[in-house]
Amino acid sequence: MAAVHGDLHGHGHDEHIPSGIMRWVKTTNHKDIGTMYLWFAFTMFLVGGTLAMGIRAELYQPGIQILEPELFNQFTTLHGLIMVFGAIMPAFVGFANWQVPMMIGAPDMAFARMNNWSFWLLPVAASLLIASFFVPGGAAAGGWTFYPPLSTQGGLGVDMMIFAVHILGASSIMGAINIITTILNMRAPGMKLMDMPLFVWTWLITAYLLVLVMPVLAGTVTMLLTDRHFGTSFFNAAGGGDPVLFQHIFWFFGHPEVYIMILPSFGIVSEVIPTFSRKPLFGYSSMVYATASIAILSCFVWAHHMFTAGMPTVGQLFFMYATMLIAVPTGVKVFNWTATMWRGSMTFETPMLFSIGFIFLFVIGGFSGVICAIVPIDIQVQDTYYVIAHFHYVLVSGSLFAIFAGAYYWIPKWTGRMYNETLGKWHFWLSMFFFNLTFFVQHFLGLAGMPRRVPDYALQFADFNKISSIGAFGFGLTQLLFLYIMISCIRSGEKAPEKPWDGATTLEWTHLPTPAPYHSFVTPPVINK
Amino acid sequence: MLKKLLIFSVVMFAFGYGLVPFYEKFCEVTGINNLLQPDILADDNQVDTNRWVTVEFDANIRGLPWQFKPVQSSVRIHPGEPVDVMYEITNNSDREINGQAIPSYSPRFLERYLKKFECFCFTQQTLKPNETRQMPVQFVIEPGLPADINTVTISYTFFELPSGTAPIKGN
Repeated sequence: MAAVHGDLHGHGHDEHIPSGIMRWVKTTNHKDIGTMYLWFAFTMFLVGGTLAMGIRAELYQPGIQILEPELFNQFTTLHGLIMVFGAIMPAFVGFANWQVPMMIGAPDMAFARMNNWSFWLLPVAASLLIASFFVPGGAAAGGWTFYPPLSTQGGLGVDMMIFAVHILGASSIMGAINIITTILNMRAPGMKLMDMPLFVWTWLITAYLLVLVMPVLAGTVTMLLTDRHFGTSFFNAAGGGDPVLFQHIFWFFGHPEVYIMILPSFGIVSEVIPTFSRKPLFGYSSMVYATASIAILSCFVWAHHMFTAGMPTVGQLFFMYATMLIAVPTGVKVFNWTATMWRGSMTFETPMLFSIGFIFLFVIGGFSGVICAIVPIDIQVQDTYYVIAHFHYVLVSGSLFAIFAGAYYWIPKWTGRMYNETLGKWHFWLSMFFFNLTFFVQHFLGLAGMPRRVPDYALQFADFNKISSIGAFGFGLTQLLFLYIMISCIRSGEKAPEKPWDGATTLEWTHLPTPAPYHSFVTPPVINK
Repeated sequence: MLKKLLIFSVVMFAFGYGLVPFYEKFCEVTGINNLLQPDILADDNQVDTNRWVTVEFDANIRGLPWQFKPVQSSVRIHPGEPVDVMYEITNNSDREINGQAIPSYSPRFLERYLKKFECFCFTQQTLKPNETRQMPVQFVIEPGLPADINTVTISYTFFELPSGTAPIKGN
């Protein structure tokens, strides 16, 4: 992002790095592409965050003050789509780009040119999504899950959203293919699958989930498109279709998708916690098996999103028990992280703080998930703020906190400079405080019956909504502190020592100088065990 | 590797489409959601002559130039007794139009106790310009209907189908 200068004829000096904007357009270097993914994700995080601020501003008081209901619905819809497909997923792909080759001793990603292409599809899709606010009829407003009949009725904005989802899907599939091939074919000689760092393992499994379900999403939106414009009736009851069918196909993609967004964060946390506990990860192989079981189980639980859509009791029971079963491998993971910390020489630098915060809050989100899995309770809390609180505990304090942990953990390796530890800790504690202020009270709102996706609400919800909105504004502002910390680290941070974290054991810390050279592991490292 | 994974993606794309017939077959076999299938009357069906239920009929059109109405607005029946009623549609336009009727019930759980043997909603209806057609509905409301329900409503809404739409599956 920094090198947007006009000098197209500049000569690279340091290790033949081309300069000027064309460096970024044409680059096939995994580190450059990783950087672009991360900046793109952060930009989208700010866009999605701005939408969230709009939502919380409207909900600050009962009544309609700022956003008309139509626009409010567009805000909630695009907030979800942008955060899921524009912020969280690209951020993890950015980490994979930077870290996977360095952690397995590979010189680059397997398909470098395709890597470039899968990144550059993203800005196109993002522009489509953002531009859809300004077309007649506005952006898609039927929720990020775009259920028909709303999504078969909307205007041009819905078409732009469908096209954007197609592009994002293609980008994810290419990224996943690249990651699978890199991990399976390009590990340093001597590194067996069960020697790989856990971050690499979680990404391998995530990438398989991506190629499994992303094409199904592409199929779903294609059906939606042909229903809208080409006279088919997949989801149109009047033509013999069934809108409930859409929900089944969507959630067949959608539930593995939520694990696509959490498994890499399990990987990051599994790197950070052993480093700062100065102990090897407890139960490495059980971690791998737990990750794989979560991925497999995730394909058989989709209909727990649809308990109220109409389903025989046998179906409800099956999906309820299957969903609750996922708590078992997840519990194994939490146990292992805790056991890794047990009697370790722990220190609490920012990455560790975010990882411990992750464990605390993700467990709360996991428990509310088990509660939602119970059919009679789910029928009560379906589409209320309880569900909103649940998935923000797993996505914000889960995925996002792990992304912060990873960024603080690896930024010295990427830039050769240290971030400001004091400010990093401020970032953590402010995020922790404001996050809980925003979302904990939403549990109460949901249990009291406040529905999601409404711009106005009954008066008895006013106090909790005001608290939640204040928390949200604080959380939003705190993330600008993260931006400041990262920029000042990159531009003028103190020089990082060769190995800033003495407990780190993976290849990028033990076999590469700091900062990591532009081309690393041109000759494969020797793995000694 | 690249080729295998690409083929796998394409297969999964097709799998997404494959879920459509699978879903229809699944619903048909398990008897869920069979709006388009005639029901079969249970052998041990009995008429509960101690009770009266009023069945009201409703007709709506959505976006097509037809006139659609029940010939009788309501009937009073005993649960378990076979009922035969008529609906009438007229095409007021000068073009041929395909339509499909979608049923809905009040109370919603009426579907559980309603067995339909014959209904115009099982197939699409094609009306020539200015054609009028009378169509029967034959059904039984099972005696299991909760005792506190004295009045039920059966409603149909006609939607226009684009010409050339494939016949609805399940017929």
